[in-house]
Amino acid sequence: MSIGIVDVGIGNIGSLRNAVLSQGWDVVSVQAEDDLEAITHLLLPGVGAFGAAMEQLARAGLVEPIRRFAMAGRPLMGICLGMQLLADRGAEGGDAAGLALIPGQVVAMTHSHLPLPHVGWNEAHQLRPHPVLRGIRDDIDFYFVHSFRLAAGDATAVLAETEYGERFPSIVAKGSVIGTQFHPEKSQTNGLRMLDNFCAWDAAC
Amino acid sequence: MLKRRIIPIELLSGGRLVKTRGFHDPRDVGDPVKSSKVYSDQDADELVLLQIDREGRQLVALVEAVTRIAEYCFVPLTAGGGISSLDDAAGLFTAGADKVLLNSITYRDRSVLTRIAERYGRQAVVAGIDVREEEGRFVLYSRCGRQRESVTLGAHVADVVAAGAGELMIQSIDRDGMMQGYDLGLLRKVVAASPVPVIAAAGAGHFLHLKEAFDAGADGAACGSLFNFGDNNPLRAKSFLKNQGIPLKRI
Repeated sequence: MSIGIVDVGIGNIGSLRNAVLSQGWDVVSVQAEDDLEAITHLLLPGVGAFGAAMEQLARAGLVEPIRRFAMAGRPLMGICLGMQLLADRGAEGGDAAGLALIPGQVVAMTHSHLPLPHVGWNEAHQLRPHPVLRGIRDDIDFYFVHSFRLAAGDATAVLAETEYGERFPSIVAKGSVIGTQFHPEKSQTNGLRMLDNFCAWDAAC
Repeated sequence: MLKRRIIPIELLSGGRLVKTRGFHDPRDVGDPVKSSKVYSDQDADELVLLQIDREGRQLVALVEAVTRIAEYCFVPLTAGGGISSLDDAAGLFTAGADKVLLNSITYRDRSVLTRIAERYGRQAVVAGIDVREEEGRFVLYSRCGRQRESVTLGAHVADVVAAGAGELMIQSIDRDGMMQGYDLGLLRKVVAASPVPVIAAAGAGHFLHLKEAFDAGADGAACGSLFNFGDNNPLRAKSFLKNQGIPLKRI
């Protein structure tokens, strides 16, 4: 197994790399299409604005290759903004097309009474089992930092929801693709277990 | 619901973990990488690393420490001590910090807070505020307690939040290392004045002190001596606090 991490300047990949290494997996930096050949699993981390991140992926020539990677049934995991990029469209920093692997749009969180961004430890209420959630109990807390949320276009793609003024999808999955709104690499034991489960996942569901 | 946080605070000097009393007399209490790994494994919610050396290459040393600690530490990391520019902060973020803590520079040039918040988000910017009580008044100090500032506590809280701080860490210099409890009067005053989350620091010597800080409105309770000395750890603190009804993350 060889775990690729998309490394095109849309997020700080150091923590994620350390987390995957700590579980005993090999990590490869993915900066161009050729890098996808040798890997078995692909992690897509990201922080910042949706539109700018898609531009960075496009500049690296990775948008279609990542789509083909996932549609061929190879495991892809998006983290934080990386999860949002899996959606059809995003509104942060101007309307932009996403990777269109998980149906839905990314919209601003709008509740008025709670501060944004949503930062801190909050619970993921699991709706369905999934191989990547194996060994992780329901209602476990994970570490969140975000101001936008996915408005899911397909309820069956939502694996877990979290409450912060409103309920929003905190884990999504479809086929060989999974995404977490929170940061598993900053979520201690349970986050590391999720990453380990992902790296061991054959996506055959 | 967001959870209250237990935050071990680690003071770094000469590459070692130290503990002070009243900001003086640093005592060696171990290796920061080892202790950070233990804290991360023992259910700490976050770690704060503060470089207290003020000579020479202290920022380089802090970047080195963060880099090494981030290899073993899978909870959010806050780093501070001598940060005075966006570039200083950028180096720490690249090394693996999730937040930076600024103190002395917030009295000289608050635009640094703004520039960091614009690039990394306000949630990544923590303003550290050190306070001594003098004749019944709260007086602010910078440069690790060495320089007296004239601005009032209320005005400074408003200023740093307006400039971009997304969180405050309030520290009583008098209580540092004394293990007699947080300065709750100071904490309540800051909580009442602050629209952003407040972390209480300096004074925790018993798990009950953590409950007092949460009851006074703190979002996070930072602990140095409590975990540096004796066999207390975040896991034990949390089992005590859960029984007291404090909302904490589940593991």
